[in-house]
Amino acid sequence: MSTQYDVTETLDVKGLSCPMPVVKTKQTIDDLQPGDVLEVLATDRGSLSDIEGWAESTDGVELLDQRETEDGGERVYEHYLRHAG
Amino acid sequence: MSTETPAGTAEGDVAALQAELEELREEVATLKDDADDGAKKMTIIATKGSLDMAYPPLILASTAAAFDWDVTVFHTFWGLDILHEEQSKNLKLSAVGNPSMGVPNLVAAVPGMDTVATKMMARRIEDNGTASIEELIDLALDQGAELQACQMTADLMDYEDDEFYEGVTTGVGAAAALADMGDADIQLLV
Repeated sequence: MSTQYDVTETLDVKGLSCPMPVVKTKQTIDDLQPGDVLEVLATDRGSLSDIEGWAESTDGVELLDQRETEDGGERVYEHYLRHAG
Repeated sequence: MSTETPAGTAEGDVAALQAELEELREEVATLKDDADDGAKKMTIIATKGSLDMAYPPLILASTAAAFDWDVTVFHTFWGLDILHEEQSKNLKLSAVGNPSMGVPNLVAAVPGMDTVATKMMARRIEDNGTASIEELIDLALDQGAELQACQMTADLMDYEDDEFYEGVTTGVGAAAALADMGDADIQLLV
């Protein structure tokens, strides 16, 4: 079984394409507190590399996990990020 | 002893070296601070005002702002239409001279073809969940990107300051753009 994160907030950007997943993730995580975990649900395949690259070069953001799931025949990319202060 | 050095001088040397070492340490610390301080800086010059060419500068600007980079987009010539509230809603896609569209120039030049091509593109943009130009402008400004309107072009096109989106920086010239590019890490011309 995969790790369950204690998610503080979920951001649903399904149906939105580049650059929205990254931009909205940034805006949402800025409003969270250090230690909080943000779950991002996207359908944009590019969000995998986009969010990974963004998290890598952004201070105070830690990428915990990225997963691919299916939701009603639609591929959903789940991202888990921690506000690292 | 033959190697004897006058005590006073040796102590003086050590003190001088220590002082120099301290100075160097401080200098290194300052340089380190300067090197880390800093968000990257990107300047984009947007010169094109067709629907397809309006996207790259705005997408890059809003994404760079999400990286906390310092972003400036200088809009000049047709690129100024992107910032013009009314014009930005009527940006067109041209099928003429655009090999990617797969329409022969002779056909592409038929009156009304640009409208057809623009409508097709607009439909695809909507279906794909791609943001509109207006949304991207709001997003970029919201995140602190500076969108500048070239004054010379504004005068040339007869655009007034209040015709641009709120938050757009007006009254900017080539010298300001160059000064900005001078200390940017990344400079792009679109």
